[in-house]
Amino acid sequence: MDALQAIIDGVALGSIYALVAMGITLIFGVMRLINFAQGETITAGAYSFVVTTELPLVLRIVVMFATVIAFSLAIELGLRPLRNATPAALLVTTFAFSFLLQSVFLLVWSSQGDNPLVLSKLNEALSVGDLKIRWVTLASIGVGSLLLVATALFLNRTSLGLQMRAAAHDFRTARILGVRANRVIMLAFLIAGILSAAATLMLVVQRPLVTPTFGFSVAIPALVGVVVGGMDRIVTGTMGGFLIGFVTVILGNYLESGRVFLTSVVFALVIVVLVLRPNGVLSRQNATVERV
Amino acid sequence: MGDTRSSTNGRRPGATLRAATVSRQFDGVHALEEVDFELARHEVVGLIGPNGAGKTTLVNVLTGFDFPTSGRVELDDEDITAWPAHRRARRGLSRTFQQGHLFPGLTVQENVEVTALGVGTGAVEARRRADELLSLLGLADQAFRPASLLPHGDARKLGVARALAMRPAFMLMDEPAAGLHEGEVAEFADVVRHVRDEQEAGVVLIDHNIGLILDVCDRIHVLDEGRTLAEGTPAEIRANEAVSVAYLGRRRGAGGSAT
Repeated sequence: MDALQAIIDGVALGSIYALVAMGITLIFGVMRLINFAQGETITAGAYSFVVTTELPLVLRIVVMFATVIAFSLAIELGLRPLRNATPAALLVTTFAFSFLLQSVFLLVWSSQGDNPLVLSKLNEALSVGDLKIRWVTLASIGVGSLLLVATALFLNRTSLGLQMRAAAHDFRTARILGVRANRVIMLAFLIAGILSAAATLMLVVQRPLVTPTFGFSVAIPALVGVVVGGMDRIVTGTMGGFLIGFVTVILGNYLESGRVFLTSVVFALVIVVLVLRPNGVLSRQNATVERV
Repeated sequence: MGDTRSSTNGRRPGATLRAATVSRQFDGVHALEEVDFELARHEVVGLIGPNGAGKTTLVNVLTGFDFPTSGRVELDDEDITAWPAHRRARRGLSRTFQQGHLFPGLTVQENVEVTALGVGTGAVEARRRADELLSLLGLADQAFRPASLLPHGDARKLGVARALAMRPAFMLMDEPAAGLHEGEVAEFADVVRHVRDEQEAGVVLIDHNIGLILDVCDRIHVLDEGRTLAEGTPAEIRANEAVSVAYLGRRRGAGGSAT
């Protein structure tokens, strides 16, 4: 029963990481850019809950979504002047955005952490036999699956989605063939914002202590998952994000008292995997991947 | 209509793509040297010459994939020398690539559909147009396969279908018939005529298949070592001594003629 409990928790964390990972992969697809500042959009959303404790719940959630999406789009606008810069320059710029925002959060809220005070009832457990499942676990799995399927449908069934997929395969050719660069890139950041906002909602319930590195600590493992899965395809990148969340929980379950080594063990595994399959465990061909 | 320039091939004033004394150097190598080239709508111009003659460089310069070291590129009498490729594409310049540049993970139909969408066609119309073009090029039965699984000849045809989905005013085809077998080359000649007569586009055709070039082109432009060697109708080119020595003769001598 312990194993089943771990699997359910693993799927729940995996779903959250998959949401963040899909956003990272979508942006990488159209821009060949790894957006290191994605985590800070999550942190910004989490702090919006800290500020809006007086407002009705629905409104707070709306404000949070607006905040995350606004930060995501602001990053896109901030990168526009650098559109023709080298990938390395873009990458370093997103680093700069990331650390700048972290510093601002630190200045405004300090590092001690604030309670977002939102939906804490979802942490109550539902007993099924020996299993204790928190509502937030179910909600994470539900919201995660729903949004991943919705995004997949959008990409596969709509004209804009088709244009995004073409751009993800070969941005230059897509642009020559009339796909509007600004529109597709902005759309990628918009979708990444929506997915990150959903992840934020689940995260603040599970970890009700918002610090300046709240989102960073999620975005980095998600990014590692994307690289492990294979960042050249949306499906593999997203699956990679899911896997890293899932494996983290399962390993944590087995390490028990050795839990302090959890991160080390996960990243050691990542190194081994990347040495064996540099293009990602899930990718089929030896596609060229932007080196980080 | 009564313009003096409309005397040959029914050319309409203004509706031309022109390279005026363009040169392109790569590290001191003259890939193109003061080449003049003109293409009107409703005509097919063959661009031939030995490997390294500058054919692809000229197409790159015309389509904005490369920029001339000196000289001008004009579209409908407007200077477009500095325009990037995507801007020229929106003005009706479309091309195919030697390497294909297809979207591998998209289906054959989606490859064409996304291009139709790119020029502002509605979703339903884009799909209809994709189906129409796939039928025209004989790819209808492969519509739902991923483009990456297409055999070489079909991939070339898909490149053409995709370029046509933009409803181009000018279409530049870089070795579109390479890898097609003989029966397919004849069908392809009909496609080129269709593009000229039905789509009313001007076509530049680069190909090593001299039979196809002589058959389908209204005019032929011969490049050799970056310079224009000759220009004229297929009959004139066939009779041109310099061309047969520099190009046709050399190819036969090399024993590589597939024509």
